[in-house]
Amino acid sequence: MSLLELEQLKLRHGLLEAVRDLTLSIEEGETVALVGANGAGKTTLLRAIAGAHRPSAGRIGFDGADITRVPAYRRVQMGIALVPEGRRLFPALTVEENLLVAAQRRRPGRWSVDTVIEAFPMLARLRGQRAATLSGGEQQAAAIGRALMTNPRLLLLDEVSLGLAPLAVEDVYRSLDNVIAEGATVILVEQDLTRAAAVADRVVCMLEGRLVLEGAGSELTREQITEAYFGLRAKPEVQA
Amino acid sequence: MSAPPLAAAAGAPARIRRWTRLSTGFTGGFGLLVVAMIFVPVVFGANTVQDMTTLLTYLLMAVMWNALAGYGGLVSIGQQAYIGLGAYATVWLAQHSVNPYAGMLIATAFCGLVAVPLSFVMLRFRGAQFAIGTWVVAEALAIWVSLDNALGAGTGTSLSQLDSYAPSSREHYTYWMTLGCAAFFTGVVFLLLRSRLGSSLQAIRDDEDAAASVGVRVVAGKRILFLLAAAGAGAAGAMTVANTLFIEPTAIFSVNYTAFMIFMVLVGGLGTFEGPIIGAVVFYFMQNLFGNDGVWYLVALGGVAMAFALFLPRGVWGTLEERTGLRFMPLGYRVSGAAGAAPEEP
Amino acid sequence: MTWVNDVIQGIMLGGFYGMLACGLALMFGLMRIINLAHGDIAVLGAYLIYVVLQHWNTSPFVAILPVLPVMLLLGYLLQRLLLERSLRSGLLVPLLTTFGLSIVIQNLLQQGFSPDVRSLGAQAGSVATASWQITSQLSISAIGALTLGVAIVIFGGLQLFLSRTGPGRQMRATAQDPDTAELVGINSKAVYARATAIAVAIAAIGGMFLAIRSDFYPYSGPTYLIFAFEAVVIGGLGGSLWATLLGGIVLGIAQTIGGQINPEYPVLAGHIVFLLVLLSPRGGLVNLRRVSA
Repeated sequence: MSLLELEQLKLRHGLLEAVRDLTLSIEEGETVALVGANGAGKTTLLRAIAGAHRPSAGRIGFDGADITRVPAYRRVQMGIALVPEGRRLFPALTVEENLLVAAQRRRPGRWSVDTVIEAFPMLARLRGQRAATLSGGEQQAAAIGRALMTNPRLLLLDEVSLGLAPLAVEDVYRSLDNVIAEGATVILVEQDLTRAAAVADRVVCMLEGRLVLEGAGSELTREQITEAYFGLRAKPEVQA
Repeated sequence: MSAPPLAAAAGAPARIRRWTRLSTGFTGGFGLLVVAMIFVPVVFGANTVQDMTTLLTYLLMAVMWNALAGYGGLVSIGQQAYIGLGAYATVWLAQHSVNPYAGMLIATAFCGLVAVPLSFVMLRFRGAQFAIGTWVVAEALAIWVSLDNALGAGTGTSLSQLDSYAPSSREHYTYWMTLGCAAFFTGVVFLLLRSRLGSSLQAIRDDEDAAASVGVRVVAGKRILFLLAAAGAGAAGAMTVANTLFIEPTAIFSVNYTAFMIFMVLVGGLGTFEGPIIGAVVFYFMQNLFGNDGVWYLVALGGVAMAFALFLPRGVWGTLEERTGLRFMPLGYRVSGAAGAAPEEP
Repeated sequence: MTWVNDVIQGIMLGGFYGMLACGLALMFGLMRIINLAHGDIAVLGAYLIYVVLQHWNTSPFVAILPVLPVMLLLGYLLQRLLLERSLRSGLLVPLLTTFGLSIVIQNLLQQGFSPDVRSLGAQAGSVATASWQITSQLSISAIGALTLGVAIVIFGGLQLFLSRTGPGRQMRATAQDPDTAELVGINSKAVYARATAIAVAIAAIGGMFLAIRSDFYPYSGPTYLIFAFEAVVIGGLGGSLWATLLGGIVLGIAQTIGGQINPEYPVLAGHIVFLLVLLSPRGGLVNLRRVSA
């Protein structure tokens, strides 16, 4: 049985259908890269999995249980953690407080303030600093660390490289490699296709709310992904 | 405004209309009703005339509060400032030998004028800050007036200059004045809503920042509503003193008026044109039937307002409009065309 | 020297206003709700203490002990049953809901307790009337000093709660970003309910002092709501908790000095200072940005 099962998921933004009839399964231990142009529905999908966006139709199953109606904070306790787009640290709280606040209801596991700082050494000297004063890369590290504090089974990462200097991105992915190596299930949204294909077992491409391509990172060619990303392949139902 | 042509598969382009048969009929009927109401004092006795005056005063208050809150998104809990100001200005003018009825009109304009500098202060705020700011202004005015001995200080004062009229004439003139004010201000709101300002206000209500970003002059729009509501409330205050003849600061500046306005507009339908009118009628009947039941009546009033706020925020009329899609007044645009009539965009 | 006395009296009065404002500030800071029934809730607390004193001959300071858990529960229910719903519907609805609630509370009190004016000063004993004469023109009343002291303890306690405890941290996080708070496992509804419970309980303590310092009757609420709100705004909406206490003190001083100028002016003086602060570009003592509520 898959860890995460999405069935015919429909997500709306007001009157706009952001995600349509999406069906997808994620196995435990997999790393899945979710790619697609802006507006394809990736962030909305991750938020729906995390519980921040109520589906208008469809079903979300986690570890066999139907969590479609389960509120976000409960899903954290079940083991789903989202690192939101834009980091979204609590600005007036210190780094340590940001980590601690996520640990209120955490699941048993190896992540604690100390182990998180071990995994992201740049945070060591930033413990007592207010989150708003951190640089982009530091914030990203703290945000991932905050999600890890809940000891998640499923880690959702939304655009962790967005707005970061290349060196910072390197750092983030290096730390991420360790996390992934330990067997976590990860869905990451990533604009950088090379990186996505490199780190992921499977690549899923979305376009205008639909799933248009799916396959192992090693099997899909760069060309295939690009075509799907931009919707360049002629779709049968539209005649010029 | 021209309609965008529909897809090539359809035939004729779509039409946009403002008037439908229903709204034409209704507006016409409404106008006839106002004209008919002119004859009330001729047909009915003194009690009814006074009652109707009271009803029309409530209606005016409700329409004005709705203009501010429903169309401008500005919740004021201090409109009683202008009610009191209008009433006291009328008395002051009468004390200075101005004909009382002329004085009422001047007092109305005066309230609008006073609101101009106030608007520059108050419109910097939204939401709760605005609300309490308006309340403090009302309270401050009440205290200030109650310190003035010429205006009767804390014990109050009366519009004794109206004694020069025979009672029935006075009642009639007061009634017609109130009808005139209510019709005037309601008419102004109607015209405003049909104008470009109306669409701007809708945009402001939906998303102020987005509206500003497309060039809607947000503060100017709000200011017009602010001044209008002030003048209207001032008129209501002037009518009140003309109807009751005696006022004192605690009562005429009382936040209870806000409670009544909120009740009327919430029940009738916030942000609709017809809503406050319906709410005023409902409130008027409740006052007549239960007003003497004292405290439980007020509890019920508050409870009903809360219930509507929580469960039926669009009020009776708003919910009706939503469910049926009927529009009795020509305040929106109807799109129809070859592809069939689309639902109205308000 | 009388000015010094005025300032000192004003500071102690400010402690009282700050205490009344504390709950209001907490709810606003966390949920952006102005509880228009806040003053009436304080008066309700006073009436509940009065009820306890009917059955138990003791001082209000003791009578408040059983009242506090009741108020905590009332606050919790207020949030979960009423305010939670209105939070979802935008800015108008909480204002209207709490306004309706205010009317309901006032009139229920009127129905239950008659419009008679009461005071709990007598039951408070000598504390209500004692004072220390420092110099010929300067005296400090026991109740004033006690109110200020309790206010400082309440503010300090609340600040400690927010900065050092888990639930307090959750509250701060939820105030800064309720959406993300849910995503890290915080049940924001429970956090809000806790905050309202605390706010209502603190309002009850304010109500106790209200009833001892002066008299009260069912419609006393709105007057104190205005003072509480003025204190919050003068301190700076969106500022720290201590700013609210400071705002209360400024208001207290303004009122006392206004009263010196003319015994009919104290409240008006407060209103004027409030409006002046509202007019100023910073919009508040400690606030550095305009908060659009």
